[in-house]
Amino acid sequence: MSAEHDSELSFFRRYVFSLDHKVIGVQYTVTALCFLFFGFCLMMLMRWQLAYPGEPLPIIGSLFGEAAMPGGVMLPEFYNSLGAMHGTIMVFLGVVPILVGGFGNYVMPLQIGAADMAFPKLNMMSYWVYAAGGVVMLTGFFVPGGAANSGWTSYPPLSDIATTGQTVWLFGMVLLITSSLLGSVNFIVTIAHLRAKGLTMFRLPFFVWAQLVTAFLLLLAFPPLEAAGVMQLMDRLAGTSFFLPTGLVVSGEVQQVSGGGSPILWQHLFWFLAHPEVYVLILPAMGIVAEVIANNTRKPLWGYRAMVYSTIFLGFMSFIVWAHHMFMTGMGTTISAFFATTTMIISIPSVVILTALLISLYQASIRFTVPMLFALAFLPMFAIGGLTGLPLGLPASDIHLHDTYYVIGHFHYVVAPGTIFAIFAGVYYWFPKVTGRMMNSALGKAHFWGSFIFMNVVFMPMFWIGLAGVSRRLYDQTAYTHGEAVQDLTITSSWGAWMLGVAQIPFIINFFVSARAGKKVAENPWDSTTLEWSAPSPPPHGNFATEPVVYRGPYEYSVPDRSQDFFPQFTPSEG
Amino acid sequence: MSSHTLPYTVESHPVTGLYSGKFGTWLFLASEVMLFGALFSSYVLLRVGAPADGPGAWLSHEEAHLDWKIGGFNTLVLIISSVTMVMAWASLKMGNLKKGKTYLAVTMALALLFVVIKLTFEYLPHIQHGLVPSHSTFFALYYTMTGLHALHIIGGVVVIAYFIGPGSALWAKNPEYYTNRIECTGLYWHFVDLVWIFLFPVLYLL
Repeated sequence: MSAEHDSELSFFRRYVFSLDHKVIGVQYTVTALCFLFFGFCLMMLMRWQLAYPGEPLPIIGSLFGEAAMPGGVMLPEFYNSLGAMHGTIMVFLGVVPILVGGFGNYVMPLQIGAADMAFPKLNMMSYWVYAAGGVVMLTGFFVPGGAANSGWTSYPPLSDIATTGQTVWLFGMVLLITSSLLGSVNFIVTIAHLRAKGLTMFRLPFFVWAQLVTAFLLLLAFPPLEAAGVMQLMDRLAGTSFFLPTGLVVSGEVQQVSGGGSPILWQHLFWFLAHPEVYVLILPAMGIVAEVIANNTRKPLWGYRAMVYSTIFLGFMSFIVWAHHMFMTGMGTTISAFFATTTMIISIPSVVILTALLISLYQASIRFTVPMLFALAFLPMFAIGGLTGLPLGLPASDIHLHDTYYVIGHFHYVVAPGTIFAIFAGVYYWFPKVTGRMMNSALGKAHFWGSFIFMNVVFMPMFWIGLAGVSRRLYDQTAYTHGEAVQDLTITSSWGAWMLGVAQIPFIINFFVSARAGKKVAENPWDSTTLEWSAPSPPPHGNFATEPVVYRGPYEYSVPDRSQDFFPQFTPSEG
Repeated sequence: MSSHTLPYTVESHPVTGLYSGKFGTWLFLASEVMLFGALFSSYVLLRVGAPADGPGAWLSHEEAHLDWKIGGFNTLVLIISSVTMVMAWASLKMGNLKKGKTYLAVTMALALLFVVIKLTFEYLPHIQHGLVPSHSTFFALYYTMTGLHALHIIGGVVVIAYFIGPGSALWAKNPEYYTNRIECTGLYWHFVDLVWIFLFPVLYLL
């Protein structure tokens, strides 16, 4: 990274146990990209069973052993493990760590003109606790009975009586929660205390605002899941019955438990985290897209303040919508009506942000760079995800759609072509800052078009499969006539997933080759206005040669009467 | 070691009025409120939802065998420890490291006294009589909540021990920085104390 500045540090202190927010950011990004790829592989395996139920997996089927795939045919238990671990890994080990730990850690201190995060040691600890949590999660695959197999939501009573993998899952979650707690404290203090001179709150890039609200969500929403995790551990290890009702019958036998517990309690505590978590997944993604769009439209963001206020409002509202995941639990119509109403309200700020981004494109001379292509694709993809969510937020239509593939299609449109596209936009956009080299544009475009087409091939059919009534939990939908009728769509979706995997190859090649041999660029290759582009690429330890001073708002593009079409935050006005 | 120094490690930020460590501590405590808040909410939900009689019913005071006198005495121990914690900080503020360390040691001793009383007069006798977590929902909650609280006490003991021992080397270099760290430890300590002040009536009296 910055060998000449830290030459007194050993290799380990410089690259492994580093206190530098940029090294930690890169560690987070690379680790999380690996987890994203691993989680994607689990899903590609599942898609085989879904497309061709009961047929042996060709070529690699024999590698998984008799306990998981005897004769290459996937066992239902293994399928369940893959499903639970795919969700857990993608959300808690992939997307959140890369958005917050990766981009947040690397870019946010640079954008606010800070030398580092407020608590560098805490930052390092946050990464290593996350890494430990990841390792613990993966060890689940090697315990008897395989990894956790009660879904990523771990609903009891099933999860209370599941195999050892569930205990491993809970320990892993406790570590991941601790990690994100350490990170969120650090983010909030850094943004509050370490902004450069002149950088008022309303001169902050939108990305920083998104990170700030996200940090509050992580800080306040995660602890209840930690409490729930401890209670589930007590259920599993100490024989308590927090989540086990009196007279629970398993395999025809009444369980000898003290009883009096409530499975619904877990759902409340889980979704109290997991709904704000949805906004943790989407807000930093919107932040990245906002940066890329402002830079490539060469215009100020339209409605910057409205976007900021919407983000804050979204953060507050996200704490009171959780039970819209639970319309089917028999909470009663009054409570359902309350949560349906708050759910409709929370869609408003999301629409405000998306509309502001869309209007920003109007009358712009758009540069179709690779990050911009991903950012542009984010808009319609996230819109499809968001709009298909409305029928799920209304109890009447949710009764039909609940737990079907429609739900899978809905939230994957938000998170996969939505957030993942934003992540790719961010990787292409900030790659020259991190490495001093550009990523190849031709390979980038191949990656974009492949991903864009096949993302839709994967997820679009799911809306029809779901409307046909196919449950998301089925191991073999052809066992039912209504599932058999839409099996062709499932096969299409599976082929889409495998092709999507192939479409990532240009990205992987591009990433590694460009890091070593990409075109060398100066510190501001995109002609951008925000502070991170005033530091050298890659920035040295301590980031800025002289203490940066901010003179204006974040997106002063196409300012009249100037020779350049951008007026950076860090350039003083003439005269 | 590093080529830069971060501002507001010792001096207060003009807007928040806090140095970074204190701000971070307050945020951490906010998340702790959510952690214990979730447990107290679970207590309410499970108690309200418990069947009136039969298996799974809520335990009466007699069945629970919790002595308010022991709990009350422990409450007193923790409140005194909070006072000595403030005395430690105040002594350091007045530049007296020796006195500060003495008060820290008293705080630590009181914390350990709390844990010893909890173990010898409550946990162990209860477990010997079969009043274990799997006995009933009440005891499941009791052990989970007081256990998590006891872990927080032990965490506090470790931190205080560090600041009496190796951590106090900072005093020679930067006494204000050291004093600030004791202030943050104190904030945490008062919070842990406060959690018990909620736990005591909820578990022993209600």
